[in-house]
Parts: sequence; C-alpha cells; structure tokens
Amino acid sequence: MTSPLPGGVDCDLHPAVPHLTSLLPYMNEYWRDQVTTRGMTDLVSQSYPTNSPISSRPDWRPAQGKPGADIADLQKQALDRFGVAYGICNPLYGVQMVFSEDMQDAFCRALNDWLAKEWLDKDGRLRGSIVIPTQSVEKSVAEIERCAKDKRFVQVLMLVMGDMPLGKRAYWPIYAAAERLGLTVGVHAGSAYHNPPTSIGWGSYHIEDYVAQATAFQTQLTSVIVEGVFARHPKLKMVMLESGFTWLPAYLWRLHKFWRGIRMETPWVDRAPLEIVRSNIRFSLQPIDAPPDPATLNRLFDHMQSDELLLFSTDYPHWQFDGDEVLPPGLSPDLVRRIMIDNPLATYGRLQAVKETTP
Amino acid sequence: MNVQFRPESSATVSLKTAIADCDIHPARATKDELYPFMAKRWHAHLETYGIQAYHGMMEGPPYPKAQPNASRRDAWPPEGGPQGSSLSFMQKQLLDPYNVALGVLNPLASGQGLRNQDFASALCSAINDWQIEKWTSKDKRLKASIVVANEDGVAAAAEIRKRAGDPNFVQVLLLSRNVEPLGQRRYWPVYEAAQEIGLPVGVHAFGFGGNPLTPSGWPSFYIEEMVGHAQCQQTVLASLVLEGVFERFPKLKMVMIEAGFGWAPSLAWRLDKSFEKLHSEVPHLKRKPSEYIRDHIWWTTQPMEDPERRDHLFQVIEWIGWDRLLFATDYPHWDFDEPSRVLPAGVSDANREAFYLGNAKKLYGIA
Repeated sequence: MTSPLPGGVDCDLHPAVPHLTSLLPYMNEYWRDQVTTRGMTDLVSQSYPTNSPISSRPDWRPAQGKPGADIADLQKQALDRFGVAYGICNPLYGVQMVFSEDMQDAFCRALNDWLAKEWLDKDGRLRGSIVIPTQSVEKSVAEIERCAKDKRFVQVLMLVMGDMPLGKRAYWPIYAAAERLGLTVGVHAGSAYHNPPTSIGWGSYHIEDYVAQATAFQTQLTSVIVEGVFARHPKLKMVMLESGFTWLPAYLWRLHKFWRGIRMETPWVDRAPLEIVRSNIRFSLQPIDAPPDPATLNRLFDHMQSDELLLFSTDYPHWQFDGDEVLPPGLSPDLVRRIMIDNPLATYGRLQAVKETTP
Repeated sequence: MNVQFRPESSATVSLKTAIADCDIHPARATKDELYPFMAKRWHAHLETYGIQAYHGMMEGPPYPKAQPNASRRDAWPPEGGPQGSSLSFMQKQLLDPYNVALGVLNPLASGQGLRNQDFASALCSAINDWQIEKWTSKDKRLKASIVVANEDGVAAAAEIRKRAGDPNFVQVLLLSRNVEPLGQRRYWPVYEAAQEIGLPVGVHAFGFGGNPLTPSGWPSFYIEEMVGHAQCQQTVLASLVLEGVFERFPKLKMVMIEAGFGWAPSLAWRLDKSFEKLHSEVPHLKRKPSEYIRDHIWWTTQPMEDPERRDHLFQVIEWIGWDRLLFATDYPHWDFDEPSRVLPAGVSDANREAFYLGNAKKLYGIA
C-alpha cells in the first residue's frame, strides 16, 4: 500500500443534499411555493442511485439517509482519515436535469448557498464548487460572479453530459468568467439526461451508463481542444473529475493523429493536443481503471508522459477503493507528493486565498 | 515487455510476404450500377425520394470530409468514377504492389442506416449480389461482407441465411452507430443467424442512428466525428458485453473495424472494475467482461494510434494479444495505413505473420 501524505488536497468530495426540501430555506417565496404546491420530488439522478453499490462504500453508508449527507461522517471518514489540508466539495444534486432554465437557476443558487452555509461554514478545510444553470449562459455567468465573491469557492462545476459539447462557443462566457476570477472549471461524471447517456443511444443498465462516463469525457476533451477554448483562454484550467485517466494516452494518440491529418479544419488549434492537455487539463485520481498490478499501472503513468496531470481524490462517499488504499501501490514518494499536494495547489489558484486574505 | 525496438528513424521494413487487408471499401462507378440487382420498384423510389438516412442530408455526409469521398487524392481511377470503384485500378494500386492475399470488402454506402426498412433490405441485398458480380468473382483474393438492413432483425437474418455456405462471403457487416446500442435485443437475430452460418460479425465505425454523436449533443467538426468513432465503438462493445450477447451466442466472433484498438485495455479494466461492484444488476453475465472481450473480439488495425514512442503502442498490443489484430489499410480512404510502415523492426516473426496475415486467415476461414 502507498501511504497518503499529510497536508494533501482531496479534489473530489460529494456532500449530499438530504432532500429537495433541504434547499427550501435558500429559495425565494415563489420557488418555495412551486416546490411545495407542485409536489416536486427529490432530484436524485440516475447517474447515482442512492442505494447503488458505487454510490457509497459499504462502510461509509449511514444507517439512515443519503451517504455523504452528514458532515461529521465526511470529516471522520475522509478529511481526518487521509489527513488532508483542503477538501473540495462537488455537490452532485440533480439540479441539471430540470428543463426550465429559471427553475435550474433557482435550484443552483439555493444549492450554492446551502453548500456555503451548511458545509463551508462548518469546517475551514472545505472549499466549494459553484454549480451553474448551464441552459442559460447568462444566468451561469451571473451565478459565478455572485458566488466568486466568497473566496472559498474555487471552481465552477459542470456535468460531463449536458446539453451541448462543452467546447461550443456559446459556453465561452462561462470560461471567460472562470479565467478572470481565478476559478478552475471542473467537469464531473454524470448526465443531465437531456441527451441519451451514450453516443449511440440509451442502453439498458446503470453499469452501462457508468462505464460510458469515460467515453463522455473523451468526447468533451476533443470538443474543448478543437473548438479552441484554450487558445482563447490560455490560463483556464479544466479538471476532469471522476473521469478515469487510464484511457488518456491511447485517446491522445488517436486525437494527435487526426489533428495532424486534418488540422486545416481547426487552424486555431495552434498546439498539439498533448501539449494543451499538459498545460490546461487535470484529472482526479479516482477511479483508477487498471489492473491491480503496479507494473501495468506504472507503464500507464509512463504513457501519460507527465507527472503533473493527476490530482488526489477520494471521490467520497463513492465506492472506488477499500480501506485506506486510496493511492495505488507502487507509486514513488515524489509522485505521491505531486498528486497530493503540488499538482492541486498549482491547479486551484484560489485554494489558499482565504488563508492569505484573512490574517 | 520482452520485445526490444529500434529507434523510430529506422522503423521501415520492406514487405516481401503476403498480407491480408481487412478493410477495403468498394464503390459504385455510377449511380445505377445496382439497378440490375434491384426490383424496378426501387429504381423509381431511389430516383424520386433518394436515400433517406437518420440525418438530414440528401447528398453527402453531415460532417463534410477533409477531401472528396474521404479518399486519397491519388485514388481516382484513370477511367473515371469515384475512388474505389475500379477493380483494375484497385489491383494496380493496392492488391498487387502490397501483395494482398486476402482483401475483405466492406461496402459503406449500402442500405444500412436507412429509415425505410424495405428499401434498406432491397439495397443491401443488391449490394451483396453486386459484390460477387463486380468484385469477388473477378478477383479471388477479394472476399465480401454480407450487408444487412440492421434495424430490421428479421429481414437481416433472412439475408444472412440466404448467403449461408457461399464462399464469396466471409463476414456479416454492421455499422457502429444505430438506432440503439448494438447489444440490444432488436439486433440479436443478426447474431443468431451469423453464429448459425459460422461467420464473424464485423462492426465498422460510422453510420448515423439518429442519436447525437456525443452524450452532450452534436459536436461541430469532422475531426470530432472521426476521433469520436473510438468512443462510439467502446460503447458498442460495452453494450454487447453487458447485454449478454456472448452468453447467448457463445460461438459468435466479432470484429471491431476502423475504430482503433488502443482504448481496449482501459475499457476492459473499467468494465471489470464496475462489474465487481455492480454485477447484481447483470446476473446474466457468468464471467468478467474482459474475458468475453478476450475470447470473442478481434480488431482491425487502421487507423493505428500514433504515440510519440512506438514502444508504448506495442505494450498496449501485448495487453490485447497479438493474436487478435487484423491488418487493414482502409483503401481508398485518406487515412490509409501504409503496410510497410506500420510495424517497426523488432517484432518477432511469429507476431508479424499473425498481425499481417495469419490472424485474418484463421478468423475468416481462408486456407
């Protein structure tokens, strides 16, 4: 086993909203009335059914309620257990699934306020991601600007399966706001289910959707690279969260080959895809889709040709590893330090902002 | 790794021995070339309503190719007609100089992916007859693929059974993008019939099934469509495995054509890891997903992934198995892989022979 270093950064924690009614105190009267009068149900996404084995490690599953809903559990099972200095909260509540941009906006605002009050206020190690109503770019930018005043928000959060490919120009004002305010853009596994959850239609199974998440990250990476997001926003960092990463080398070999062949179609892509990934894209550690033997995994790290790409994550409370085996066996101490401390600090510019501004 | 590789610069090897080319695309020289193989009713239909696929374009692809017909600029036949439409020029440009002993034809513009299923069946059947008449009967190195109306399982199975025992055909051909993922039950009659007549089922990248090309909707560029074939194909393979196709049809062999293979190990690891935790949802699977893949799946090579360091690619091939790759050029398309430049020196003779010819002869039952 590889031991975690103290003082790391856990880049993917999932505090759970107990129920839609938990957000009512953070909504205005109109939306409180809408939720109650219309009998709206809890927004649990098919991406993470509450009782699915992958939605929570068995020993992290509480006797009652949703996994990840209790801050004491999160502190004990994740923050304290792995000795981290910071933990970044990425709420996966299914607000992206609704079809009205007004409702989505109201729910996102409530969710972000709920996160600040019920989580960030209660533990100084926690940092937040701003969940945005992506159906409206204008409202998304407004929500980013509103939340960014709170330095504890370090990232904008989007789902890997949304309404349009993430590179589309319509989304660029979101990236401009993030770059200007020093926020990363986190792209997390999960779907708004506004499109079929795979590129060939609706499958039959939850496991099928989960496996397909990795392919969704691949298509999004292609989109943001070839549309030219990073030519326009060179300082923008995008973090692929719960994406897996063992697919990255072979994916880049293919993308590179086609970029060389038909780059005349996208002449603004002025650097090789691999270089863009090295400078602008990061990946959370968990899940590690590889066989358990250290030799193969180290070959894959070799194929990635960079030790700056991975950011430590537990994916708490999702079930990605057992016991304390959050780091795969066979990592060098140098790589452990990079993954746990150096890379996250270099990626998240606002992580230490609170410490710096409040003596 | 037990194979040593020389540096990149010396990595070209002359090809003296015969090869198989498992992805050749024959084209029609003229629009009415298929008419002799179709009822008159369909001639009129084609003239009046044209080809209506699961996308809006009456002519040409929704994502314009990088060059005409996505083909090499030197592949126009001297006698006229589109690239890939002349047997004599294909012989001169591909089959003779590269010493192709076995060439597998995969007609792409067939009846697959059409909205009108009766028309789809008529076109597919015509193309199957046309492959014999124009190609395989005239050059014994060439073998045909049975194209079928993929969305109509009953008609597709009938077309497959009609060709049973015909030595002109070596596989059944599907495209990767369909109305539903290929593991779904509506496609099982195809697998049942293919298993029955003892032919592998090839799944070639491309097609339109009405679904956006990504789970986040339609991308903008041709390069996204091209790179995206690898993602579509991974999803196809996951669907086939998770639906239990290989439990139901234990003798079925399938070929992943023109969608890369570098992604295969990572996909298999992800499937296995997810299966460990979620197997209760798919109790019809009796083995780990990677085991079905290892036993039932072959891969054509073109377009070979292109790492900075070639030894990285060969580590991936070790993980997949040298016995599972089938060399292909994709003639006459622009991203043609030149046979003499694909494998560097250092690959063992046995692996080289399997990669270029042996695996294909074995899979396709060619003596």
